[in-house]
Amino acid sequence: MGKPTTIIEKVWDKHVIHQQTGRPDLLYIDLHLIHEVTSPQAFEGLRLANRTVRRPDLTFATVDHIIPTKNRDVIKDDIARLQMEALEENCKEFNIPLADIYHPDQGIVHIIGPELGLTQPGMTIVCGDSHTSTHGAFGALAFGIGTSEVEHVFATQSLWQERPKTLNVKVEGELGVGITAKDLILAIIAKFGTQVGTGYVIEYTGEAIRNLSMEERMTVCNMSIEAGARAGLISPDETTVEYLRGKRHVPIGEEFDALAEEWLSLATDEGAEYDHTVTIDASEVEPQVTWGTNPAMGAPVSGSTPSLDEAEYPEDLQRALDYMGLEPEQPITNILIDHVFIGSCTNARMSDLRRAATLIEGQKVHENVRAIVVPGSFNVKMIAEKEGLDQVFKDAGFEWRDAGCSMCLAMNDDIVPPGGRCASTSNRNFEGRQGNGARTHLVSPEMAAAAAIEGKFVDVRDYVASVV
Amino acid sequence: MLKAIETHTGAVLPLNRSHVDTDQIIPKQFLKSIKRTGFGQFLFYHWRFDDDGNKRSDFVLNDPKFSDATILLTGENFGCGSSREHAPWALMDYGFKVVIAPSYADIFYNNALKNGMIPVILDESIIQDWMEKAADGKLTLTVDLKGQHVSDHNGKQVDFDIPAYHKEKLINGWDDIALTLHHEDKITQYEKQKRHA
Repeated sequence: MGKPTTIIEKVWDKHVIHQQTGRPDLLYIDLHLIHEVTSPQAFEGLRLANRTVRRPDLTFATVDHIIPTKNRDVIKDDIARLQMEALEENCKEFNIPLADIYHPDQGIVHIIGPELGLTQPGMTIVCGDSHTSTHGAFGALAFGIGTSEVEHVFATQSLWQERPKTLNVKVEGELGVGITAKDLILAIIAKFGTQVGTGYVIEYTGEAIRNLSMEERMTVCNMSIEAGARAGLISPDETTVEYLRGKRHVPIGEEFDALAEEWLSLATDEGAEYDHTVTIDASEVEPQVTWGTNPAMGAPVSGSTPSLDEAEYPEDLQRALDYMGLEPEQPITNILIDHVFIGSCTNARMSDLRRAATLIEGQKVHENVRAIVVPGSFNVKMIAEKEGLDQVFKDAGFEWRDAGCSMCLAMNDDIVPPGGRCASTSNRNFEGRQGNGARTHLVSPEMAAAAAIEGKFVDVRDYVASVV
Repeated sequence: MLKAIETHTGAVLPLNRSHVDTDQIIPKQFLKSIKRTGFGQFLFYHWRFDDDGNKRSDFVLNDPKFSDATILLTGENFGCGSSREHAPWALMDYGFKVVIAPSYADIFYNNALKNGMIPVILDESIIQDWMEKAADGKLTLTVDLKGQHVSDHNGKQVDFDIPAYHKEKLINGWDDIALTLHHEDKITQYEKQKRHA
């Protein structure tokens, strides 16, 4: 036996093509996911230099960022249509498989990768999108890249990357009843800040992580970038193997068994050392609500916005509160909301919709609230409709949409108006993220569902107790 | 081919904010272009313009004192959030050649370098000092990439770190893909081994 190592080092070492002292490693890329917004300039670069896509078979494209989530037959935004058409033409020219707007595999790129079994443990996965970290839930080394790097992967199927430092985010104990993976990751970011992961790849470990389903693990890994890390992953285990069994791009029979064994062997060895470790007690995590303009500006639902006296940077705090239209020391449960968005690569999978629907069934959306549900993929939408969830949402007064990124970043028509206040299951609460002047509070699907009904934030644990 | 760059001297614009995210640098409604150019007019759009498209007089980019600035001096974790390379494209299209901050988000740092923009990392105390001195619009800094130091016209000079290979690439204006293709045989060999594994 060699020295015990982490999954991060194991996956890294398997992919090194070329190594030279004092330089980054040249890493092989197993899967390159692309979408309409960050790829056109990369294709243009290829054409200008008379280069081609080396491995179109390891590349997969879809449209998610700019597409409308209703009335899809007419795309009114001319520039958006141009961008979509550019992707179609580029994929055709370079022979890249594309799930276009009418394709049954279409969806948010980080939802369809796992759904189709394209995402597998031990892979290196990149995409011109910072939430590529989502795929780390499978024990893949997955990270977001810029457009120049997209072009580089097109041309060479590889990337120059500096060997990352390893960060163990250890989640001890168990999550309480009614506490979700979203609450956990928001609590981690609130506790350790938005830069704890800068320069690192995170591995999430501990009992509470082991107990999460694959969809919950994806929610956690998704927001690694909000903790500053380009990638965050979880060692594969039986949960991982069972999720992947039978997925379209995953082999079957003996080949699967052999693959499963290989996947499990990637898990971090007992006694492996990390460059840095931080620990959080899962039993202390409450339902979370962000109150400010970066994802670390969050509090438990029983808490309040901070006091100016205790702030390290009072000017930044005041600026965030001003933008959000909140007072210092304002109780979270005193915040009235007028929009609810259930969707995004963080929380738009089947289990997210099911849990939200359980709370909503038989209830009505508050009269001051406009609420929308945007399934993460066409496939999620179909299953949800088969289960009758669309009817539950619609009966309560939610709008039921087609799949896309939608109101997470508001590049299509799904926009929160200036001064509007949204309980959102997405991942970023930056100024203007959901629309110019819009105010975003990041929450779990359960907290968003309860806020839709009450018109304000409530502790979903009490809420569950009162409706049951 | 990037333009080779060894030193840059320019006027400084102080943007005294930390955690400036790429949604602020270039808001999403301007990402629908399929080109790399023309984003400068939208840089910091919602900080620069009000809802009617009028310039906000209280935002530093609209202050005529800083109209010639080519060096952006700012706070920690600059460029956090989305991976959009439109952020450095917008900064460069506007006229910035250098950003100086105590720290950067990883993806932004890489994206800046890929476009020949120098992301300099300096201690917060040094930045704060220059931030104050820059307020009157008369601070000029020289960034010497070869010597790895930044100096002002009063003779103050501070060193900065940058990975050697990034520096080498900037100074020579090398194209990443062309460099990688020198290793094409190794990529092919890796793919062959993988197929037989």
